[in-house]
Amino acid sequence: MLTCKQFLQELNGYIEKTLDPQELAELRRHVSECPNCFVVCDTTEKTLRVFKGMDCEPVPKSIQARLMAAIEKRMKEKGGCGCAGDAAPHSH
Amino acid sequence: MSTTSVSPAFDESALVVRAKAGDQSAFSELVQHYDRRVFRMAKQITENDDDAEDVLQETFLKAYTHLDDFQGNSKFYTWLVRIAVNEALMKLRKRRSDKTVPLDEPIDTGEDEVVREIAVWDQNPEDLYSQDELASILDQAVKSLKPAYRTVFVLRDIEEMSIEETAETLGLSISAVKSRLLRARLQLREKLTRQFKKKGDDAFAYL
Repeated sequence: MLTCKQFLQELNGYIEKTLDPQELAELRRHVSECPNCFVVCDTTEKTLRVFKGMDCEPVPKSIQARLMAAIEKRMKEKGGCGCAGDAAPHSH
Repeated sequence: MSTTSVSPAFDESALVVRAKAGDQSAFSELVQHYDRRVFRMAKQITENDDDAEDVLQETFLKAYTHLDDFQGNSKFYTWLVRIAVNEALMKLRKRRSDKTVPLDEPIDTGEDEVVREIAVWDQNPEDLYSQDELASILDQAVKSLKPAYRTVFVLRDIEEMSIEETAETLGLSISAVKSRLLRARLQLREKLTRQFKKKGDDAFAYL
């Protein structure tokens, strides 16, 4: 029988159903018998849902205007001499 | 999902091909499509609007300058997010350089996974609060997380990157991403439960 702590450790795998069927069944049994873990699981799922449903506000117009102006300036520089004048990005 | 809504006319890979070939209007279209998401992420990580604006500009300027380096092995947006996260983390590090808590190694007190608030939620928060009120509650909750947890949560659960992409972007192991994500989710659940729990449903000790 799983303890609540063990259930909690596997909560993400349980919510995302990334565990193997046997583990999932064991966790499902625990949650059906443990009211506390049921509530924790339910409210964690609701937490994720409420974040995922969040609208992404448009960038304020003044900030967007400055962004476009900066990009247009860079485009002119790049187009003008055909060279890039910036440090390497930190992408991998 | 509303944050990733894609208009039927938006074709990321076609725009990237055109932008790489020198079509500036194609690049501008990419900027206008993604600027709000980059800006939101920058605000969430830096906790500061001025820094977020710098991150927004630097991200797109670097993306433009280094467009030829984008090989198309990932989505363009994933590439963009990586640039933005690094810019945002640099800002955060600069601002916190005099603080003692490092960004990449949270102190493990063993208490982060403790669940204290166990209460069912009242109605759906979406029905109880206006979009603005809800956005402000969620923003506060995210900002209250330690940067190490917040960054993982933002990439995985808001930007919807995979665990692997999140790990690669932040230079973390898969297991570190998983454990930070669990802590971030549980801490947010805890904070939101305090806000959204059904009145009269008291918390009791657990674990």
